[in-house]
Amino acid sequence: MDFSILTTNMDSLLEGLKITIIASLIALLGSFILGTLLAVMRIAPFKPLNWLGTAYVEFIRNIPVLVIVFFAYLAGNFGGMTAGTIGLTIYTSAFIAEAIRAGIMSVPRGQMEAARSTGLTYGQAMRMVILPQAIKIVIPPLGNQFINLVKNSSLLAVVAGGDLMYQGDLISAKTYVTFDTYVFVALFYLILTIPLSLGVGYLEKRLARSN
Amino acid sequence: MFKTKKFVTMALVTILAALFLAGCGGDKASNESSKDVLAQIKEDKKIVFGVKHDTRLFGLKNPSTGEVEGFDIDLSKALAEEIFGKDVKPEFVEVTSKTRVGLLNNGKVDAVVATMTITEERKKEVDFTDVYFDAGQSLLVKKGSKIQSIEDLKKGTTVLAVKGSTSSINIREKAPETTVLEFENYAEAFTALKAGKGDALTTDDSILYGMAEEDPSYELVGGTFTEEPYGIAVKKGNKELVDELNKALKSLKDSGKYDEIKDKWIKN
Repeated sequence: MDFSILTTNMDSLLEGLKITIIASLIALLGSFILGTLLAVMRIAPFKPLNWLGTAYVEFIRNIPVLVIVFFAYLAGNFGGMTAGTIGLTIYTSAFIAEAIRAGIMSVPRGQMEAARSTGLTYGQAMRMVILPQAIKIVIPPLGNQFINLVKNSSLLAVVAGGDLMYQGDLISAKTYVTFDTYVFVALFYLILTIPLSLGVGYLEKRLARSN
Repeated sequence: MFKTKKFVTMALVTILAALFLAGCGGDKASNESSKDVLAQIKEDKKIVFGVKHDTRLFGLKNPSTGEVEGFDIDLSKALAEEIFGKDVKPEFVEVTSKTRVGLLNNGKVDAVVATMTITEERKKEVDFTDVYFDAGQSLLVKKGSKIQSIEDLKKGTTVLAVKGSTSSINIREKAPETTVLEFENYAEAFTALKAGKGDALTTDDSILYGMAEEDPSYELVGGTFTEEPYGIAVKKGNKELVDELNKALKSLKDSGKYDEIKDKWIKN
């Protein structure tokens, strides 16, 4: 292993790590909000909303994320990092929507009926009764989606987003020490994904206990 | 108790994974110098050339025929025939500026004929033949752009380049104020230029001419500001193959075949 790669390029690797973290965090938050909204749309008692939600999910999740990132970059007047984050959000939200919808569907129907009979509106019943129960069920699949999101953020590299993968590309191009450079890049990704993975496991156990 | 055990297991797995990856790196070096490339070519009766698939005039995959076409390809075929006659079949594999050295070193390609500039830095990694084409770095801009030469690349301007090319290193030296964005290949860099993601695209003039030919609303400005002698790269330590290629290159030049191929592709 050529550790001089690591020491001489630490600045650019850390810069890349920072951008990867920021892009992942924003996309995580954005896709969680957008995904929840889409899931609710898909099961709302209003047909046009259902269609809209279904159309979005089916359309987006059947396009490669690389293509979506490219579209976001070329269609809008954004820099690589912004476009990449938007692309990731658009893509991931479709999967989040499916995970959350599955969670909502697994809450027994009687819950909604009981909540509505106490006088709550559909929106209130969803927010106060159904979603809190659904969230526990969807934690594991959501965790997987978020880990995927961090890894998919490496696609920022193809639109010059300046992320960890992009820095790795430049370092390997400059030094020709291709293999070792990507080993270090992989380790940096592990630093992000392993704690995420452990965190999801912990949350899962805690929520299970609170039942 | 149980929890601690689980954490330890997890940590161990992580460390093992890291060691495994590190181990792969070590193995590679010992496999590298295994076999003489020239002998292998003769044994397999085929020579694998690494060429560009996205570079008009030099190596471009024609979508309607599926064939790769260009100066580099025709030259490779002529060289293979000159050295080995009809016995050895030339095959072509796509390389990019980013992948070409790696593919040479792991034996996936025997020789790289892919608009590759001979540099001192690269000579440490691979062996080069004599120069087979003289190019120079230049700028491509939209017609009517305020950028007319390298001096116009001041703070606030953005130049697009390709990862792993000498041009991305040169432009940082010659115009340190400008922002450089690097893409995977020339097609993507040119698409980004067309989408207004930068003020200019920089690489060798020979490649830029191909882009200007494809879309005449773009033009080269400011002449060339570097010299980019292209060489054929082979894996380090294969002097015999380099000698054979040099001999063949010389006889192609002497017989006029080289000029014939060059005139077919490069008009300027």
